[in-house]
Amino acid sequence: MLTFLARRLALGILVMWLVTVIVFIIFYIGPGSADVARALAGRDAPPSTVALIARRLLLDRPWYVQYGHFIWELLHGNLGFDYYHDEPVTTIVAQGIPITLSLIVGAAPIWLLIGVLTGMYSARHPRSFLDRSFTTFALAFYSTPTFVLGVLLILLLYYQLTIHGIALFPGSGFTPLTQNPFEWFRGLVLPWLTLALVAAATYTRLTRSSMLDVLGEDYVRTARAKGLSERRVVWRHALRAALTPILTQFGIDVGTLVGGTVITEQVFGLPGLGWTAVHSIEQQDLPVIIGIVIVASAAVVVANIVVDALYAFVDPRVRLH
Amino acid sequence: MALLEVLDLQVRFDTADGLVQAVRGVSFAVESGHTLGIVGESGSGKSVSTQAAFGFARGAHVSGRALFEGRDLLAMSDRELRAVRGARVGMIFQDPLTSLHPMYRVGWQIVEAIRAHDRSVTKRAARSRAIELMARVGIPQPERRVDDYPHQFSGGMRQRVMIAMAMALTPSLLIADEPTTALDPTVQAQILELLRELKEDFGTAIIMITHDLGVIAEIADDVVVLYAGKIMEEAAVRDLFYHYHHPYTEGLMASLPSTGVRRGELVPIDGQPPSPIDPLPGCPFAPRCRYATAECTIEAPQLLEIPGEPRHRSACVLPRERAARQALRETRFAPATRDMVLDR
Repeated sequence: MLTFLARRLALGILVMWLVTVIVFIIFYIGPGSADVARALAGRDAPPSTVALIARRLLLDRPWYVQYGHFIWELLHGNLGFDYYHDEPVTTIVAQGIPITLSLIVGAAPIWLLIGVLTGMYSARHPRSFLDRSFTTFALAFYSTPTFVLGVLLILLLYYQLTIHGIALFPGSGFTPLTQNPFEWFRGLVLPWLTLALVAAATYTRLTRSSMLDVLGEDYVRTARAKGLSERRVVWRHALRAALTPILTQFGIDVGTLVGGTVITEQVFGLPGLGWTAVHSIEQQDLPVIIGIVIVASAAVVVANIVVDALYAFVDPRVRLH
Repeated sequence: MALLEVLDLQVRFDTADGLVQAVRGVSFAVESGHTLGIVGESGSGKSVSTQAAFGFARGAHVSGRALFEGRDLLAMSDRELRAVRGARVGMIFQDPLTSLHPMYRVGWQIVEAIRAHDRSVTKRAARSRAIELMARVGIPQPERRVDDYPHQFSGGMRQRVMIAMAMALTPSLLIADEPTTALDPTVQAQILELLRELKEDFGTAIIMITHDLGVIAEIADDVVVLYAGKIMEEAAVRDLFYHYHHPYTEGLMASLPSTGVRRGELVPIDGQPPSPIDPLPGCPFAPRCRYATAECTIEAPQLLEIPGEPRHRSACVLPRERAARQALRETRFAPATRDMVLDR
């Protein structure tokens, strides 16, 4: 187990290193990188100021010195400063993380529950009316763009309700959990639904096919031959075995979403990581973009390691070396 | 009264290709403490017939009667059927690796079988019973192995675990569906020996479903030969091996190593079993039968008793007297065999 974790960790570090290389290359050759100093100095600044800024940012030094400095600072938890307000990137990222995490923490159980329950029902009653309905709904939500679904939810559950005097949910904005848990919850219900309904489709289909496979397995027949109740056969025997691929998908989705809730945050005006990323891209605020890319990649890497380690707990046949 | 009496069992499946008639009017009986062998090739309906009787053939149309301990299984509710399964009837299957849940410890799985029918048994008591059972079926160091997972056992040991689980509540009937097919020959012999011992100790009746006449010879008291969902012949095991009547049984015997017509020569049955969809009228074996005449393809022969041999019945129009049958064989079967040998 420890060797396994050490190996996965080493692999994760390798991936993170590759990410820094790619990010650095983009920074080095990307648009606007040539005259960062000029842009920072302002349009009317004299050449001496520009040169000073370039020297302070090591922009006049060779690429390997710049890269070395970048890695060194990164290892010390310093992601640099944003171009416009001279704010540390770590602060900017740290402001976005709780919002994005709040989104994921609420949406993940919803889509998992919807997906697994409908998928299980579909697998147990294939070709039934409800199975076909679930499949249709899943496909519909799956193919609905997030911005359409989000706006639709705002229209129906915020706008229509509010003009009829039922102000259940706010249309946008974020209240920190520590400040007011109830407002936090109220403000996030619609974004959660938006994220979850789109994601649940994948889980409905995944659970359905996985359960259908498992229900045909010999050990499920053995469980029935023991005289177990159908409920126990399905929940204790079949679901246990069908869970592995679902778990994999779940881990990867949660990791990916750390940098991937862009549209939902945009629609609901939640200044999370995705929202911040979009704004930094619009302003070509490279240090912030790099910071978010690194944090999001780290999330994906960590999620993958956690999923692999969880395998060993779920399936005793998996030997971790 | 027989322990299990199956009467005119019919099993049909709706498939995309049409209605599959897997079992077509099969009747047989198992006396308590006896072993009934059901022989047949793949698709003969040998597994489906017992599975359907105990409610395992999901999505099948099942008709007929299956009286177990005097009650019709086919008329039972799910709840009543569950009370029978595991408690009164144990089952073991072909592949002991896939038949055990890969993610639960074997002890847990045996305990579950014990407590499924009696919640009052404590987990601790069930566990020591599980260890006892594992020792009884010949698993070394059961105290230690009870917490192992199925993949940590060899094929033979896994089948022993399956047997321990099936026998946990000392059922009156054990259904063994090709239990030795996936095992090495030496392990096969050990498993058959174990089943024979358990049958003696617990007085359990066994239905042994197999395609292997060698297994039948080892363990069965009575035999039913199935072909294309119908019974071709049934007899006490000695009668079947020494005085078989039906040409299909004859073909099975000829294709057995060492009991073939000529020692050392395996004579396969030419051709393929008929399609289970839209079966033709007449004897299903007729297209592959050496003795078949025009009348065989018109009407299926009745399953009739052989005079002088109680419990021996055959669904073939061949002469019922042994001497007449032997004469027919001499004239038709022997030259044919010689031709086949020369052909190779």
